[in-house]
Amino acid sequence: MTTATATPAPYKRIAAALGTGIPVYALLVVLLLALAVTDPGFYELDRFLAFVKRAAPLVILAAGQYLVIVSGEFDLSVGAIVTAGVVVAAQLYGSFPDAHWLVISLALVLAGAVVGLANGLITTALRVPSFITTLGMMLILEGAVFYWTGGSPKGVLPEDFRALGRNSAFGWLPWAVLVCLAVGAFAVWLMRRDYGRTLLATGDSERTAALAGVRVHRVRVLAFVLSGVAAALAAVLVGGFSGVSAQAGRGLEFEAITAVVLGGVVLGGGRGSVVAAMAGAFSLQALFTLLNLQGVSGALESTVQGVIVIAAVGLGAANWSRVRGAADRSRLRRRADSPGGTPS
Amino acid sequence: MPATREAPPPGGGAAPLLTMRNVSKSFLGVRVLHDVSLDLAAGEVHALVGENGAGKSTLMKVLAGEHVPDSGTIELDGTTHAFTHPQQAQAAGVGIIHQEFALLEHRTVAENVFLGREPTRYGMVDRRAMERRTGELLAELGESGVSPRAHVRDLSVARRQTVEIVKALASDVRVLVMDEPTAPLAEHEARLLHALVRRLADRGLGILYISHRLREVFELSHRITVLKDGRHVTTVPTADTDTDTIVRAMVGRELGAYYPPRARPGETGGTALTLRGGGNRRLHGIDLDLRSGEVTGIAGLQGSGRTSLARALFGAAPFTEGDMTVGGRTLRPRSPREAIRAGIALVTEDRKGEGLALRQSVRDNALLVTRAVPGQQHASAARGLAGLLDRVRLQARGGSDQQVQFLSGGNQQKVVIAKWLAAAPKVLLFDEPTRGVDVGAKAAIHTLVRDLAKEGLAVLIISSELPELIGMSDRILVMSDGRLAGELPAGAPEEDIMRLATGPADEGTAAA
Repeated sequence: MTTATATPAPYKRIAAALGTGIPVYALLVVLLLALAVTDPGFYELDRFLAFVKRAAPLVILAAGQYLVIVSGEFDLSVGAIVTAGVVVAAQLYGSFPDAHWLVISLALVLAGAVVGLANGLITTALRVPSFITTLGMMLILEGAVFYWTGGSPKGVLPEDFRALGRNSAFGWLPWAVLVCLAVGAFAVWLMRRDYGRTLLATGDSERTAALAGVRVHRVRVLAFVLSGVAAALAAVLVGGFSGVSAQAGRGLEFEAITAVVLGGVVLGGGRGSVVAAMAGAFSLQALFTLLNLQGVSGALESTVQGVIVIAAVGLGAANWSRVRGAADRSRLRRRADSPGGTPS
Repeated sequence: MPATREAPPPGGGAAPLLTMRNVSKSFLGVRVLHDVSLDLAAGEVHALVGENGAGKSTLMKVLAGEHVPDSGTIELDGTTHAFTHPQQAQAAGVGIIHQEFALLEHRTVAENVFLGREPTRYGMVDRRAMERRTGELLAELGESGVSPRAHVRDLSVARRQTVEIVKALASDVRVLVMDEPTAPLAEHEARLLHALVRRLADRGLGILYISHRLREVFELSHRITVLKDGRHVTTVPTADTDTDTIVRAMVGRELGAYYPPRARPGETGGTALTLRGGGNRRLHGIDLDLRSGEVTGIAGLQGSGRTSLARALFGAAPFTEGDMTVGGRTLRPRSPREAIRAGIALVTEDRKGEGLALRQSVRDNALLVTRAVPGQQHASAARGLAGLLDRVRLQARGGSDQQVQFLSGGNQQKVVIAKWLAAAPKVLLFDEPTRGVDVGAKAAIHTLVRDLAKEGLAVLIISSELPELIGMSDRILVMSDGRLAGELPAGAPEEDIMRLATGPADEGTAAA
């Protein structure tokens, strides 16, 4: 009789650890190989780090978006938060030219958290679907930026503020890569904590979670807050990397959602890993780089993204869950001593 | 089509209405049905029993065209069919009533009955004809209480089931498959359904009836077929067999005593929970004492307030009046969280919707409560996960990493119980603890419940299955209309319970 304490074989442990992310890791490997073939110089350390640096804002956004999606919601406001963040930073420097970069960055993070808090409270307490809440928030922020800047943002970001987005530590390791690693490590840590586990359970079944004593509203609101914070961090990197622009964060929300979906995270919540979501962001960035190297027009990026997001969700819904489910059920059935669930 | 009032021929005699021969089916190389054969006469109620995973549902889905068999034939009225789609089976006269209803909640009864084949007039849907025909069918079933214009969302579970049956009748079914139709019903509703099934059989329909409740199988069926592990074990006329024989055939072993022995007088401890004058919108003036070491049973019809009582004690639909003490502390929980803090746990009747996060692992489900409501138990619970799962005798192939959605109903229920035990509760409330659980796992859960009481927990059980309630309870409280109608001692006969449950004054409420 098999008991719950049985230890699965090592390869199964690895497969279980990779979980729903297996396809995205395979995809990432393929893309990175393709990049190596297309551009032999791609794996020189500085160029590879430059690639990671470019990917960093999207990876950070994907980590934040993951938290929201896995709780069963969407956050469409993150692109607008990035834009607003960059523009606000420039405006702040206009008023306080001598402000320390850390103060400005922390102010942005705080503002991101406040926007996330608003998203979360409106979604949970007022029961407005998050799709609508965050779409509205996106429009509000975009309009505010436009109104405030008259369409053409003024001001410049000083060198010390931009360092995080474009300079390197020790002369070779981009700060952006370090920020990205720190966010990734934090996200992985968070998902292993009680908060992460209850977040997944809430996304899976809100009623079950609530009846188990989970404060489901609080858990969800915190996911939105963290997504807002991630967006503000991304704004600091994007601002440093590409300077002030009213287009700074345009489309990033959909890129982040595409990345998360590509990572095999189930829309509707409850299933998927944050590492896979971040791998999805790297894959997307690698794909864009590859297309660029192949001379495909940059204008087609959003088309490619559209195809990917549909394909990823389609394949995820149609194939994986059923095949895996059937396989699991049949494995259950092989047990002679205790029959498994009825097939459906 | 003459409606035979005679008891239908058990198998022999006239050519059967339906014959399934040597049906086999594999999923990904694993055979779940091995050469299963089955026949059904017109006017017969043929019960199909077996543990979960025995292949009953798969066999029925093959019949309904939802699964294509690997081999074997289906003969209906002498014609051989090879269904590859449910619509083909439907057209041939096979109707199936699933455990989960396939009704559109926001449409009317008539619209559901004629869904996809609405009668038309001048190219428009003829609502009047639709509603008239639905009304006729409902009247034929003696269900004139349901309006064809009522919205399904406003109907009770029992009524929704009636709509499903009418839907099948409207498409001229000859064979009706019913998959555990009484599982969601209370005792009196189940009786009404039994009467309905008999009437349908009298009209010449062949009925394949899947059930875990052997008592109703014996009351209702003409023949019983037992499946085990995807194989046909036996088919016998109901009159020639008894419960023990069937149970032995189902589980392949003797089950011994059905229920663990009750608490002896010395084993019942102090009061763990007291309630005085508890009430809310659905409950009125409830006085209740739950003692540690004791299993208190709550009986009552559907809608009598049993579930409301459990949810009120647990703070999910809180009391608005009354005084409650838990473990000596005065506290009326306003949320599950407060109740959990006070040491109350609730195993809900809707296991999949309220008890489990289906896509999470056994571990994440078992630790959910202690993670959500941190307390002194937390560290020990995480360390003691293995011990916890052993304690509920969980059998999961993938260990604690297994997703709970792939566990059998019984093992799922054990995970729910483990989740609560991790929080070391003082009071454990069970709402339908063995619903949708196979016979073997049922016995295991009964034993577990009794063991928990012996360890000093105060246990409250709600069950629509009176034998279970009587078998398990040290005393039985009967609810009616949101009030406690009376208390009965251990082992009280079913008639006494039903008398209290159906209300004080008039009799004949359960007339069918």
